[in-house]
Amino acid sequence: MVYALQNPCSEHQHPMPWNPIIKSRRDWEVIPNLYDYDVVRNRFSWDEARAELDGLPAGEGLNIAHEAIVRHAAGPLAKRTAIRWLGKDGTIDDYSYRRLDDLTNRFANVLQSLGVAQGDRVFTLAGRIPELYIAALGTLKHRAIVCPLFSAFGPEPVRARLTIGQAKVLVTTASLYQRKVAAIRAALPQLEHVLVIGDELPAPHPTGTANFHHLLHQASADYHIRATDPEDPALLHFTSGTTGTPKGAIHVHGAVVAHHITGKLALDFHPDDIFWCTADPGWVTGTSYGIIAPLTNGLTSIVDEAEFDAERWYGILQDQGVTVWYTAPTAIRMMMKLGVAPIRKFDLRRLRFLASVGEPLNPEAVVWGEQAFGRPFHDNWWQTETGGIMIANYAAMDVRPGSMGRPLPGIEAGIVRTTDSGDVEPVTEPGQQGELALRPSWPSMFRGYWNESARYKQCFASGWYLTGDVAKQDKDGYFWFVGRADDVIKTSGHLIGPFEVESVLIEHKAVAEAAVIGKPDPVAMELVKAFISLKDGYEPDEALKRELLGFARARLGAVVAPKEIAFLPTLPKTRSGKIMRRLLKARELGLPEGDTSTLEGGA
Amino acid sequence: MTTIPSDADNRAHILRLLGEIAPEADLAALSPDVSFRDQLDLDSMDFLNFVISLHKAFHIEIPESDYPKYTTLNGCLAQVAALRT
Repeated sequence: MVYALQNPCSEHQHPMPWNPIIKSRRDWEVIPNLYDYDVVRNRFSWDEARAELDGLPAGEGLNIAHEAIVRHAAGPLAKRTAIRWLGKDGTIDDYSYRRLDDLTNRFANVLQSLGVAQGDRVFTLAGRIPELYIAALGTLKHRAIVCPLFSAFGPEPVRARLTIGQAKVLVTTASLYQRKVAAIRAALPQLEHVLVIGDELPAPHPTGTANFHHLLHQASADYHIRATDPEDPALLHFTSGTTGTPKGAIHVHGAVVAHHITGKLALDFHPDDIFWCTADPGWVTGTSYGIIAPLTNGLTSIVDEAEFDAERWYGILQDQGVTVWYTAPTAIRMMMKLGVAPIRKFDLRRLRFLASVGEPLNPEAVVWGEQAFGRPFHDNWWQTETGGIMIANYAAMDVRPGSMGRPLPGIEAGIVRTTDSGDVEPVTEPGQQGELALRPSWPSMFRGYWNESARYKQCFASGWYLTGDVAKQDKDGYFWFVGRADDVIKTSGHLIGPFEVESVLIEHKAVAEAAVIGKPDPVAMELVKAFISLKDGYEPDEALKRELLGFARARLGAVVAPKEIAFLPTLPKTRSGKIMRRLLKARELGLPEGDTSTLEGGA
Repeated sequence: MTTIPSDADNRAHILRLLGEIAPEADLAALSPDVSFRDQLDLDSMDFLNFVISLHKAFHIEIPESDYPKYTTLNGCLAQVAALRT
């Protein structure tokens, strides 16, 4: 199988052009949980990891919210701050484990009173406000399935996900309801309840719309979590493939074993840590590590409502005394552009461990961490389907800048290729590229795509889970990202499916065909670029380009819509009529176009 | 003889640049002292592109450390007025 190279960072093609960052015991401020990679890996077992959790009383199973909140609220951590919320306007609101227990009990009772049953889907569509965290954790207590949506999605991605996931309840703000939900509400017959955060309900509003805070206030603060099987579904996270609609990856309550232990091993959580994960819960990182893992570990987790702003971020790191920081390449590269001078105004000596995820972190950025913060950034790799960190650079392991590191204890990763007979076999020679694959199963492995069993089965072959990422492994076991095996676009840490964008573009009356690719970008890794051919009678001019851009943005939201549009007389297609995104991408990159003999008319 | 562009000219020009990036936005309703990102659907790349377009259109140098000064319409107007004299 031939894989296209899609990574703009050419350093990834040459293992170790950068000197490794050597880790020494002298640098340890605390003993890292993973103090020796081989020793900890050899000793590791998932049963022992599970034993770090309490389980529900009387052997009634395993529930994420019990491990995250209830067990701490009933013990010595009751008064510790679980979540410190920083509002855009400078407000600070602390939620101790006890207060969070009380509020999430109330929300679980709200769901109970609305007739929400185990396994029903409760969606959230909100910025990083406390209510989002209360709703998510309360839903887990009630054993309904929580699905956090990214609040920057436009109405169309919101509608698609609520429909596919058959949402019964939606928790959102008055403003988001007005802008993104009101107009599509009639098209969502399964959506029985919309709980609106804000002083006033938007009017007019259909039956089933209620005020979140009124309900929470009226509800009892006592709630008993009922028996939860570790295999009961808990979380639904949408992700994108090359084709088809977004896929809802299902994670179970048992995933908490992986959330908890990967927090300890890959992010080096220690009991007194102040942890800041900058990701939004609308993406899997913002749930697994922005909600669950810091709480199961009894830490204080910082939640900032505001969007990225370098000086604000340095202020948070300093003022909150952040010790472990988990952020994303796009933000790191923006900070790099600003240089180290602004950082010198802040006292960041409490920072102990820096990690990054979302897309491969270029080696310059890994090393820049040392210059700027006195610590390298530790890149790690995982995806929506894996539920937790799978491959990582660790506090006590030498960092090879540009590498995603080595597999977590309990995780077996490999590079595989597809044989002529269609089977999958491991590539054993170091440095050979192929598809990154993982051996099932681990606790946070997805258990299905919502109502899409065929697409789930396609992810597995010959005893491997196929990740869709192309990578290679060097002779010492470090993995290096090469590119995507499919046409999915990685932009600012988000995966965007070209089909979802193309489907909206072709709804415009002027558009005959659309193909969407990721255009390499030094800050965002890739930007969404659309190629469009027009129907007869439309002129490919700037005015139409602007109109199409606005059309796509209004429906998809700024984070999903194209940043750039180009017109072509026709789009290149295979003889069977399939649009060749690969060829458009090769042209964009100025690469050889390869064998175009299967193309219709050579386009 | 060159005419000095008025505040109103600059304002129209800035809004035009914003409209290039977010054509769907209702710019007439924009509050000049509230940040663009609190009112419009702009992601971080949109904001970056907006600042770059200001730099090109007004021939002004915008170091990255000054980006926060450009987050509102009045902020942009003040910067443009100060830097173009």
